[in-house]
Amino acid sequence: MSTLRPLPHRIYRISTFRLQERHETGTNAPMIFLKGLTKHFGPLVAVDDVSFDVGKGQVLGFLGPNGAGKSTTMKMIAGFLEPTAGTAEIVGFDICTSPVAAKKKIGYLPEGAPTYGDMTPATFLNFIAEIRGFGGADKARRIGDVVEKVRLKEVFHQSIDTLSKGYRRRVGLAQAILHDPDVLLLDEPTDGLDPNQKHHVRALIHEMAADKAIIVSTHILEEVEAVCSRAIIIANGRIVADGTPVELLARDPGYNTVNVHVSTGDLASVEAGLAGLGTIHHAPPPRVSGGTVLQISDNGDSTLIMRVSERIRERGLNIEEVYLDKGSLDRVFRQVTTAPASGISANA
Amino acid sequence: MRNIAIIARRELTGYFATPVAYVFIVIFLAMMGSFTFYIGNFFERGQADLATFFEFHPWLYLLLIPAISMRLWAEEHKSGTIELLMTLPITTTSAVLGKFLAAWIFAGIALALTFPMWITVNVLGNPDNGVIVTSYIGSWLMAGAFLSIGSCISAMTRNQVIAFIVAATICFLFTMSGLELVLNFFRLWAPDLLIETIASLSFLTHFRAVMNGVIDIRDLIFFTSLMTFWLFANVIIIDLKKSD
Repeated sequence: MSTLRPLPHRIYRISTFRLQERHETGTNAPMIFLKGLTKHFGPLVAVDDVSFDVGKGQVLGFLGPNGAGKSTTMKMIAGFLEPTAGTAEIVGFDICTSPVAAKKKIGYLPEGAPTYGDMTPATFLNFIAEIRGFGGADKARRIGDVVEKVRLKEVFHQSIDTLSKGYRRRVGLAQAILHDPDVLLLDEPTDGLDPNQKHHVRALIHEMAADKAIIVSTHILEEVEAVCSRAIIIANGRIVADGTPVELLARDPGYNTVNVHVSTGDLASVEAGLAGLGTIHHAPPPRVSGGTVLQISDNGDSTLIMRVSERIRERGLNIEEVYLDKGSLDRVFRQVTTAPASGISANA
Repeated sequence: MRNIAIIARRELTGYFATPVAYVFIVIFLAMMGSFTFYIGNFFERGQADLATFFEFHPWLYLLLIPAISMRLWAEEHKSGTIELLMTLPITTTSAVLGKFLAAWIFAGIALALTFPMWITVNVLGNPDNGVIVTSYIGSWLMAGAFLSIGSCISAMTRNQVIAFIVAATICFLFTMSGLELVLNFFRLWAPDLLIETIASLSFLTHFRAVMNGVIDIRDLIFFTSLMTFWLFANVIIIDLKKSD
């Protein structure tokens, strides 16, 4: 799996050329195009042949355990690390062959949101705006807008070193969105923020999503459900799952199962009463309350809960509790990142 | 070109945003003065020139220039801002040149602030101001060469202390290589060609030539090609270093 491939630069050059044609003709063409992105650090394969694309209006949640290659992939897309093989294309510009043009289209928040500590948000954003080619009134307007958006006004003239973690992250975010980029790469944007700040950053991402292609790398799963229209999970440098959050949830074996908690004495009668509605599994009860949980599934049919509760009422079955399992990304995440990669993909 | 200026300006204001710049300038001026007057015996010599002043520049630069250059890239590596800087739409070359220029201009400011020395010698006597001007230019060029070495070394490490010590050592070798002390060591066994090459790499040899009041094109080429070489190496190191 980790065999060193020769650099297939020429092949990718040809394929990117074709992709470019597709860009010009396609209406909803992808803005980020990863083509066999691979990174080796010595003998270690950090990112192994990762390919996907992200279109306008899409917010991609990029998930994976620590050390799975998330940040490495982000760094390659942003043009900081040079891929060992493959490339990324940003709105038609190859990050390896025309890095400056591609970087103009990207807003990037690196992991940990590094900023120059001895500057103030004012001087720092001024520097970024100038490097991004803005001047005069346009520059002032953009800085004003972005300060408003990420709420930096009250610390605008304080040295960044003295700011709290939340403010520093906001300075990093401000820097990334200042030029209203087509492509936004956010590496753990809410790491270390309090729940209010997290909510605010997510709202901001949501607000900007319509006319951008956004990749949000994270290991916080609630974030995916909150802001992402699609999620990719990588483990050991390879994509192990790719789909909408709902599609991923559907891969949880517990997704849309109806769980009936019964005490040990009633187990036989309830099980008999529920027969025929779906496949019944015995699961241990969730709390130290004794009894058994009957897990009923009918191929993910979401109306099962109605039929089960109806049956319980009809036959007067003696149960403790009935609930619907909506599936959990947590379980899916554990399942796909701990099992050996088998190339499972929800929309493949 | 525009980007180089923007980066240089950011760096330069960075120097003055912290006490670093002021501490450096004060110490630079104090040491320059005391070296010239006490060790160089400026008054006792009774000569209306600044030879004793410029004589000490290479030795002072040896200590102080690596102190400017050590943070140029090591700091970026350490704080992770290199990732921010290198994902902005600029080339590595403009980042390297911008930072180098800022440091060089800063060294120039410190050097220019020694002007009371020039006033003093003009009040006391009738010096050859042409020689003084070329000496200043030569000194600034030499500072640039020292800085380019320091900048390149700083790019190799995230540790400023290491950057300082290694840069100071390499600068020391470049300065010393013109002294008989060093050359005699090579004379024992090395061919003449090698000895001449080593001697020709010396900052001292070239700086003394300029101090005589003549800016020889060879000295100019020496300092500029040295800067070009080290800054070129600097660019390559940045590109290599960020990939691991």
